[in-house]
Amino acid sequence: MSETLNLLLLATWQTVYMVAVSVLIAAVFGVPLGVLLMVTGRGQILQNDLLNKVLGTVVNVLRSVPFIILLIVLIPFTRWLVGKAIGTTAAIVPLSAAAIPFMGRLTETALREVDRGVIEAAQAMGASPLQIITRVLIPEALPSIAAGITITTINLVGYSAMAGVIGGGGLGDLAVRYGYQRFMLDIMLYTVAILVVMVQLIQVAGDLCVRRLSKNR
Amino acid sequence: MIRIRNLTKVYRSASGNVRALDNVNLDIEKGDIFGVIGLSGAGKSTLLRCINMLEKPTSGSIEIDGVEMTRLSPNELKEMRKKIGMIFQHFNLLSSRTVRGNVAFPLEIAGLDRETINKKVENLLKLVGLSDKAESYPSQLSGGQKQRVGIARALANDPKVLLCDEATSALDPETTLSILNLLKDINRQLGITIVLITHEMNVIKQICNKVAVIEKSRVVEQGPLLEIFSNPTTEIARNFLKSVTLSQLPEELKDRITNLNHGHLEDKIVKISFFGEITAQPVISDIVRKFDVDANILYGNIDHIQGTPCGTLVVELRGNNGGTGEALEYLKKLGLNVEVVENV
Ligand SMILES: Nc1ncnc2c1ncn2[C@@H]1O[C@H](COP(=O)(O)OP(=O)(O)OP(=O)(O)O)[C@@H](O)[C@H]1O
Ligand SMILES: [Mg+2]
Repeated sequence: MSETLNLLLLATWQTVYMVAVSVLIAAVFGVPLGVLLMVTGRGQILQNDLLNKVLGTVVNVLRSVPFIILLIVLIPFTRWLVGKAIGTTAAIVPLSAAAIPFMGRLTETALREVDRGVIEAAQAMGASPLQIITRVLIPEALPSIAAGITITTINLVGYSAMAGVIGGGGLGDLAVRYGYQRFMLDIMLYTVAILVVMVQLIQVAGDLCVRRLSKNR
Repeated sequence: MIRIRNLTKVYRSASGNVRALDNVNLDIEKGDIFGVIGLSGAGKSTLLRCINMLEKPTSGSIEIDGVEMTRLSPNELKEMRKKIGMIFQHFNLLSSRTVRGNVAFPLEIAGLDRETINKKVENLLKLVGLSDKAESYPSQLSGGQKQRVGIARALANDPKVLLCDEATSALDPETTLSILNLLKDINRQLGITIVLITHEMNVIKQICNKVAVIEKSRVVEQGPLLEIFSNPTTEIARNFLKSVTLSQLPEELKDRITNLNHGHLEDKIVKISFFGEITAQPVISDIVRKFDVDANILYGNIDHIQGTPCGTLVVELRGNNGGTGEALEYLKKLGLNVEVVENV
């Protein structure tokens, strides 16, 4: 029993670690990416067709590669970046690579929702593009961006189940190796239960954030 | 103050070009409350947005205080815009900021320090009568209150010009009046030149001293309000005037006029509009005596536009042997605006 518990605890920790770090990286790179996608768009404050096209294509390509393939394709890059291609930390690289473009698109969509008139009002007041981004676009879209981070986190929990392929461990890996391959049904059930609870908690926490941020709006 | 010459704006799009402004010339002087009126799609918003370069003119020149707007660098334009306030039909407030935060926004943009900002915001909120709402969010305000925030925000950097794009179109008549009065006060107290666009003649009548009528991308008439009011030279200006006066006729009267119109051939319902010195009242008794007609006053209304009396009288004239026609001629000769009401 205590062995099972240890397995579960370790796997849970690995999942939490992978997801938490990846989502952090996704937010740090994905939000600015989304801002760039939005402001360089047609008719936007820093319209730049070429940059917009290039970024958009990169994002689309990354998003259309199935994660399991991304995991393998990125092995050389991962080795170069973190010095090893196997393990929990190494798994963070492909997870982030999948999450950044996703987060970018969600941010872009959130920013597009900002009322044009409000942007225009800021322009009419003599605001620079940077001021518009930091003082209008992001604050106005913050609840939607927070919702986007929630969705990205939950997606990452799902993706992290595949991290076992490159020795990343985690709950999904545990379910596959013990629950499925060794047919230990109890472990399978426990991992699924933990995952369900985890996703639930993320959703509730995310919703709470969104609600707090959009209070009074 | 604002001098617009040969301003043309063409919107280019895949579905074709739209000439939204065609060779527009306007002169707006310091301290004016300058109204621009026109039907939907006439080009009013485009004109206003060209003034602060939210739209880049296709050709022509816009000078504000001697500064040619069309030739400014991006940085110069940013500085210039700080001196041009703008308010909008849909207010365009930041939903993420309180009233205080919204009014502080342009001051932050201008890079003022916290203390100065706080002091200015207090004064501005007092000016628009919203001191007690400082910590509210826009969603917690009524339309009129939101527009007051918009006005306070537009005034924050002590602009020389205030541009208003349909600033009252989303408001009910009473709130409209209070906002217009606020604008008038601002114009008087702070000496800010106001350019106001609207499709409602009533708004123009309330506060403007000058007016331009824009139709199909062209300015077809411009001048002091009273001049345009007393002597509209274009059909569209006349129609706008009608919208002020006739829209105020009570419903039952409209019915009555419609019915009366089917009576005796020579009986006529006329609408007499007067401005300034000539008031219609003695004139009516004049024609009764001179032309042997009966005059039955159906409706009367006297108003003041910038202190000048003006009004409308709807009179039923019953005459014989051409008396009615002669009476009408006489009224016209006196310089009154006479119109036979065919149908209402
Ligand atoms: N961004 C744009 N792209 C293309 N055409 C435009 C654009 N903005 C305005 N137009 C066109 O230019 C013309 C004038 O529009 P404008 O908004 O100035 O009219 P308006 O007088 O303000 O009308 P309203 O009273 O409805 O606000 C219209 O035919 C409109 O369709
Ligand atoms: Mg308009």
